[in-house]
Order: sequence, then C-alpha cells, then structure tokens
Amino acid sequence: MSKNELIRLDGITKSFNGNVVLKSLNLSVMDGEFVTLLGPSGCGKTTTLRIIGGFEMPDSGDLYFGGERINALSPDKRNINTVFQKYALFPHLNVGENVAFGLRLKGVSDRDVEKRVSEMLELVDLSGFERRSVTSLSGGQQQRVAIARAIVNEPKVLLLDEPLGALDLKLRKEMQVELKKLHERLKMTFIYVTHDQEEALTMSDTIVVMNGGQILQQGSPIDIYNEPANRFVADFVGESNIIPGRMPEDCRVEFLGTVYDCVDRGFEKNEQIDVVIRPEDIVLLEEGENSIQAHDRLLKGTVKTCLFKGVHYEMIIETGDFDFIAHSTVAEKIGMQMYLDIDPDNIHIMKKSSLETMTEMEYRLEHDPDAVMEEE
Amino acid sequence: MKKHTLSRTYMILVFIFMYAPIVLLMIFSFNSTKSRSVWTGFSLKWYAKLFNDSEIINALQVTLEVAVSAALISMILGTAAALGIFSLRPRSRKGLLWLNNIPMMNPDIIMGVTLMLMFIFLYRICHLPFFALGFQTLLIAHVTFDTPYVLLSVLPKLRQMDIRQYEAARDLGASNFQALRKVVMPQIKSGIVTGGILAFTMSIDDVVVSYFTSGPFSETLGVLIFGMTKKRISPEINALCTLMFIAVLVLLLIINFREFKASKEREE
Repeated sequence: MSKNELIRLDGITKSFNGNVVLKSLNLSVMDGEFVTLLGPSGCGKTTTLRIIGGFEMPDSGDLYFGGERINALSPDKRNINTVFQKYALFPHLNVGENVAFGLRLKGVSDRDVEKRVSEMLELVDLSGFERRSVTSLSGGQQQRVAIARAIVNEPKVLLLDEPLGALDLKLRKEMQVELKKLHERLKMTFIYVTHDQEEALTMSDTIVVMNGGQILQQGSPIDIYNEPANRFVADFVGESNIIPGRMPEDCRVEFLGTVYDCVDRGFEKNEQIDVVIRPEDIVLLEEGENSIQAHDRLLKGTVKTCLFKGVHYEMIIETGDFDFIAHSTVAEKIGMQMYLDIDPDNIHIMKKSSLETMTEMEYRLEHDPDAVMEEE
Repeated sequence: MKKHTLSRTYMILVFIFMYAPIVLLMIFSFNSTKSRSVWTGFSLKWYAKLFNDSEIINALQVTLEVAVSAALISMILGTAAALGIFSLRPRSRKGLLWLNNIPMMNPDIIMGVTLMLMFIFLYRICHLPFFALGFQTLLIAHVTFDTPYVLLSVLPKLRQMDIRQYEAARDLGASNFQALRKVVMPQIKSGIVTGGILAFTMSIDDVVVSYFTSGPFSETLGVLIFGMTKKRISPEINALCTLMFIAVLVLLLIINFREFKASKEREE
C-alpha cells in the first residue's frame, strides 16, 4: 500500500437551509486505504461522502484529489465511483447493461464491454447473470451488481454509502468479508459510510468517528476501540462503562470511592478525568477468589440482571452509585455479591476537556435536533 | 333481495341514459333516408356523402392536424415542465402544480374568450400578424389546455423513479443530458405517451375553445358541426359522430390497456 495522500478535505463547511451539517472538516485519505466514516444518522458522514463524489458543493473549504483542487468538478469528470445506499440500479436495463453503463459512455467497443462485464460479474460471484432483470434479483445480488457497476470503471476511489444497510444480518456479515477481500484484491481506495460500529471495526484500515458535523477521532480500529478520545467515541464504538474519577497520582485512579491501579501517567494531581472500562474487561470475583489486588480494595456490587447473549452473559452489577455492564462466559446468580477486578491495562483514562466539548455537542443534538439535519 | 333489484335497475337506467343516444345515433347513421325516427333500411350512403363533402373533410384535416401537433408540442413542454417542477422544493412545487390545474378547472368558455381577446390584442394593437386568428392561434390554444395533462401523467412516473439513479448515471460518467436521455427518459416514456394520447383526445373533444380561437379557414370538426346544427341537420353528421366516437373509444382503450399492462408489470 503506497502512503501517498489521495484525497484531502480542507476546512469543508456545508449547511442546508441554514442548518450546519459539516463544520470546517479536515480529512486526509491515503491511496489504497479502507477508510470508514462512522457516526449516528445526521452526523454529516453521508454529506461528506456526497461532497467527495461531487453531488454536493461545499459552502467553503477545499477538496483535493491527488493534489488537485476539484471543488467544482462534476461527478462524471471525477475518477471516483459510488455504490449508493439503495443501489440505484437502472430498472430498465438488465444486469449486463447496468454494469456496462460506464463503459458504453466511454465508447469502449462492444467486444471489450462484453469481456469486462463478464469478468466483473465473475468477481462479484454473479457469472451468467447478464440477461437477468435487475428487479428480479435479491437484495444481496442487487448489491453485487451495484458494486460491479462501480468498479468496472476502475476508479481510483470507491465510495460506499451504507451499502449493507438493507441486507439481513447473515448476508451483511458475508458481504463484509467479501468487501474486505475485494479491497485487498483491487488495491483501490475505499471510503465507506456506516452507522454500524461493528462493520467499521471489522473492515477498516482507518475509522473516522463523526458527530455533529465534526470529526471526533481518527485512527485504526484497535486505537478507536482501546483508546477512545472522549465519552462519545467510547459510548458509540462498543459498549462501555464510563465513570467520572480523579487521578491522585501517576498510575493510580480513584472512582466511586475506590482506588485502582492503572497504566496512565502525566496527569495533574487529583485531575478530574473519565474512566472507560469495557464490559469484557471486568472480572467478577466471589469472596476469596484470587485477584490482582486485595479484595477489600476492590469495588463490591450486586448482580442485578443476567442475560444470555450467545457467546457470553451480559450482567448488570449494581454498586450503589453506578451500574456496571459486565460480560462473562459464566453466569452469576442474581443477588450475588461480587468483587470487580480490573487489570490495570484495561482501565482507560480520558481527559475531561474532551468530555466538555462533547456534552456541549450532545446538548445541541438533544435540544436543537433541526440543526442536525437528517441525511436522507 | 329487493334492495338488490333496485340498485340494479338504477344502474341499468344510468347506462341507458348514457349510451342509448349514442347507440341510436350509430344505428341511424346507417339509415337509408333522412328520417331520425323511422328505420327505412340499411345504407352506407351517408358515409359516402360524408367523404365527398369537402367542407367536412377539410375540417377533419384541420382537426387531426391541430390535435397531432398540439399533442406533440405539449408532450415536449409538459415533460420539460414536469422535470422542472419535480426538481423544485416541495413548497414551490405545490404552488406551480396549483397553477397547472387552473387551465383544467377553468370553464372552456372563459379560456376561449380570454385567449381570443389576447390574440386580437396581439394582432390589432401590437401589430403582430402571426396572431391573426387562424391555424396557429388554434394550435397555441390547444397546446395551452393540453400541456397540463401531459405534465400530470409524467409527474407520477418521476415520483416512482429513485432520483439517486440520476446521480448514479452522473457518477458513472454521464453528462447531464446523457443521464436524462439514458436513465430518466426510458422510465418516464410511458407517462409521456399516455399524456400525449390524452392530449390528442382532449383536442379532438374541444369545441368551445376552438370556436373562439380558430379563423374562418381553420374550423375544426367540432366547430363545423356546431355551426351546422343551427341551419341544416344532415344525417352525414350521424355518420361523422359515429366515426369520431369510435376513434376516441379506441384511443381510450389503448390508454387503459397501457395502464393495465404497466400495473401488471409493477406487481411482478
């Protein structure tokens, strides 16, 4: 994978009818990267994609493609193709002609068109479907036609706007794997939009978490999951327990009246922070079981609920001030007293400053939903 | 049981009132004498006479010419208008659709008189010879009341279409015009044709607007028949009306068949 910057968004701002959808957005996409824009509906991710595709013009800011400013370039002149949310296949054309659409416009000869269409259909596992009507296909098949129709033009960048949204869970999982394979094979840059955090974690090289028209964090799936930058990211990507606390000294954190060891340092003495603990990182101990710390220094709680979730049980542990979510492969009895043991590595500390900007944004989301335009 | 027979009788009466006159007219168009009440034998002589009457044939020609041209022009204008209105914001769209409905709701007599006054104004006051009452003014008038019908039959087709398809076409390298021609047009074509046929029947059907806006040498059949009924009532008219009725009936059947076919396709 080459490390050249292919697309750069520089201070892109966009509003619809006075509602600001993107606020001075900066984003850089490397050549060959699989980037996912992740966020709740109305966060501006689809608008960002549509600006890159050329379907919306930014109000201000610049869009660069391979170093060239392309703000005003129409979609047909961009070396970018899109897989649309509801596929937008042409119902009056058969599968083969849908895929051939871009090639025919370029004036490719009939023989080459035929050859490349059948290659593409083979790639997406639809060999021999040329003469079928697109309306007779299942959702998953239509999805593949939409992908074939886009990549047959060999674009530098493929934009995918929640392409798996309309498929059922099993098919979605299959398509995730196939898209990832396709990306590795084609060495194209993929920019993928989704609100499904699991999809983002599974497929991406880089995840860009967005909310309220801004980028909250950009990083590898592992970084985003393990080191969320703020409360919103921690909450949106995966389940988490977020507890306010303070740092009495380096590598020590106090929350809910209990002091735990952690690995974070460099905070001011008694700085107010937020603690993130993933449910799967909480080890539940009965009285007398082995632990890293002495039992009397651990949080104690009561099992309130215990739900079977397939691979694990999801339990809510009541500790008086805070209800923890904990995952375990062992079910505990409701009403049992348990100790919460947490490995120092699994306690993630977030600065308060990032929380404050978040609460302001959450406030806006809740009290001024108009400003957060529905992306449809 | 009693209720059943009552409603059935009512329905039969309605149909008799609607269709008996037409059936009678059709039967008497084959009568061998001028009589409108006594059947004297089968003959095609009124049809023969009809086709030898140069005045009627001329009017028929004008009628068909104006109906076909008006239908074609309004197909273009109506489609363009539908595309434009469709891409507007909902509020302005509603406003324009309301304006579009005025020519259809407006009584023909008002439309005829106002158009005539406008043509006379343009011809006499503005000295534009083009607007002397004649074929061209007749055509303008027909286009005016035909276009809304085309617009209204194209608009639903556009609504059925996923507008992202247009974006998809642009995305795949089509220019604005190519996207319109290769993706939008094929999907609204049936609406345009239906609108055109509807416009054609509206033109054939019209008497009042034509009466005010045609010149002495561009009388349509409707206007001619209307004039004839004042002086001589010839059985030729029976024959003519029969032919016109059949022509319109065939067109209506075509429209219905097309809609039936389209709805069946949608179900599949």
